[in-house]
Amino acid sequence: MRQLSKSDQQTNLPNNPLTRFITDDENCWQLEHYQSLGGYDGLKRALTVSGPAVLDEIKASNLRGRGGAGFPTGLKWSFVPQGDDAPHPKYMIVNADEMEPGAFKDRLLLEKTPHQIIEGLIIGGYTLDADIGYIFIRGDYYTAIKHIEIALQECYNNNLLGKDILGSGFNFEIHIHTSAGRYICGEETALINSLEGKRANPRAKPPFPQVAGLWGKPTIVNNVETYCNLPHILNFGTDWYQSLGRFKDAGTKIFGVSGRVKNPGLWELPMGTPIGEIIENYAGGMCNGYKLKGYLPGGGSTDFLLEKHFDNPMDYDEVGKQRSRMGTGTIIILDDKYCPVAMVLNLVKFFAQESCGWCTPCRDGLPWAAVLLNKIEQGKGELSDIKQLEDLCKFAAPGNTFCALAPGAVEPLQSALNFFRDDFEQHIEQKSCPYCTSDNLEHENDQ
Amino acid sequence: MTLQNEIPTNEKVELSDVEKAQIDKILLETPHTSGASIDALKIIQNHRGWVSDASLVALSEYLTLPLSDLDSVATFYNLIFRQPVGKIVLHPCDGISCDLMGGKKIRQCLSKYLNISNGQTTADNQFTLISLPCLGACDKAPVMIANQTLYELIQKESLPLILDSLNEATKQE
Repeated sequence: MRQLSKSDQQTNLPNNPLTRFITDDENCWQLEHYQSLGGYDGLKRALTVSGPAVLDEIKASNLRGRGGAGFPTGLKWSFVPQGDDAPHPKYMIVNADEMEPGAFKDRLLLEKTPHQIIEGLIIGGYTLDADIGYIFIRGDYYTAIKHIEIALQECYNNNLLGKDILGSGFNFEIHIHTSAGRYICGEETALINSLEGKRANPRAKPPFPQVAGLWGKPTIVNNVETYCNLPHILNFGTDWYQSLGRFKDAGTKIFGVSGRVKNPGLWELPMGTPIGEIIENYAGGMCNGYKLKGYLPGGGSTDFLLEKHFDNPMDYDEVGKQRSRMGTGTIIILDDKYCPVAMVLNLVKFFAQESCGWCTPCRDGLPWAAVLLNKIEQGKGELSDIKQLEDLCKFAAPGNTFCALAPGAVEPLQSALNFFRDDFEQHIEQKSCPYCTSDNLEHENDQ
Repeated sequence: MTLQNEIPTNEKVELSDVEKAQIDKILLETPHTSGASIDALKIIQNHRGWVSDASLVALSEYLTLPLSDLDSVATFYNLIFRQPVGKIVLHPCDGISCDLMGGKKIRQCLSKYLNISNGQTTADNQFTLISLPCLGACDKAPVMIANQTLYELIQKESLPLILDSLNEATKQE
């Protein structure tokens, strides 16, 4: 077994590894196109070295989980028992249950590059000597499901899956599970319960899934985009991968912007690209007639940031320093004509509905926060309601619940109470929503 | 694809051979029977439009899983229907990115055109309205799923056309 060396790496190094396979051709997701651009070369390279050697590469790449938490992937994987007496079967799972409000990056990868995900999953399986892979995909993503199903069949037909993959002696199966729809299924232990056919309640940790996950066996759950990085790290090397980032974090990231901007969409950009550059240069800035009031930098469960944070790099630790999170990297823009109370109400109602109901701060706290916010939005709020909302945010803080749903749910709320407190107070003082026009009680945006 | 609703009954129902064959295929992929329960519920719903109490009993007997386990799972997930639905289920997105772009107005207009509230079915059994959380197409907001098709950049003016085309689709089948 040999280590990957620099001379193995190709000279033509891409700066958009994740999206370079995507073209205008509607069949660009199929195996023939993927392989014509070097698809499955990463797997072939991995199969020439040992699993532990691949794991060393992944650790050295500094790849961090793209599902939102940013946990170092190599470190997470290193907890899986290895060696001859390790329990089997081991499971590798792709979390493709994208349901975070404002997140739409995994849909792109699933629909346009299913083979990139599958290649990453097979590499992961080989690295940890796993036996079975699952792609846990959101049930509403019809096109993505179709493409993944066909792509898996293409793999079985071409000895990329099944027994003795590409003559390496490695056996690996992949199954697809389409979710019956609950946001909490995106939490890794809840996802595992759902795969076992149970209600998707998160599990108490420890034991961690790496040791005792699906059916009590060692299990890894990673986001779609995380797996997509693996073929390229194997193919082009860790030095190249590190060099892609503009700040501390390595690699590229699919960033997105939604809301009242001129050009909403998704772009693969270097990790560490400044927030303002994404919003101004790529999303084209605000639509005519709208001003930026604030934005959620990484989906619906992240704290608001403001225009003054535009120079901040989109990098896990740097966004963290501003008391928010990079999350999924999909920015949601709040414009000056949409009521911040209504925005937070929409989000809190969502999280209240999607709570599995296991922990009290989440099961009882979030619906109560929604009641209070609705009261304020209807012009029936009192100043003491703001204090109660702040208390509910504290009750839902990390450590008070088994999973991260409730702490994430109150992030937009607590930061809105901080940045847009005037708006809350104005609702209460004038006993109506200042963003509603006088002759009807609807928001201008809704007309 | 339109659905033929199972009629609610107190009589015992049996799973069809096709349903059993599809469930058996899932059972091959899972080391424990319970691992097939969500897929099995979705299979039943695909054939019957929804998951009735009677079909839940039939599934419980077929999988030899406790009825209470299956019922608890069936009521947990958003996309398992425990009531009959119309031929077409409309899923407008109620995520924040859609609402920022006028999604609420789209849902209100749908309610008005169909004369039903969210969760209800039209009298002619044609449409059921169930809004869903963020459908993950936020750059094309507001969006809606119906008949496994994603409708993007919806304007309230285009809703009658969308509903007409969906109506046509059910007639052709």
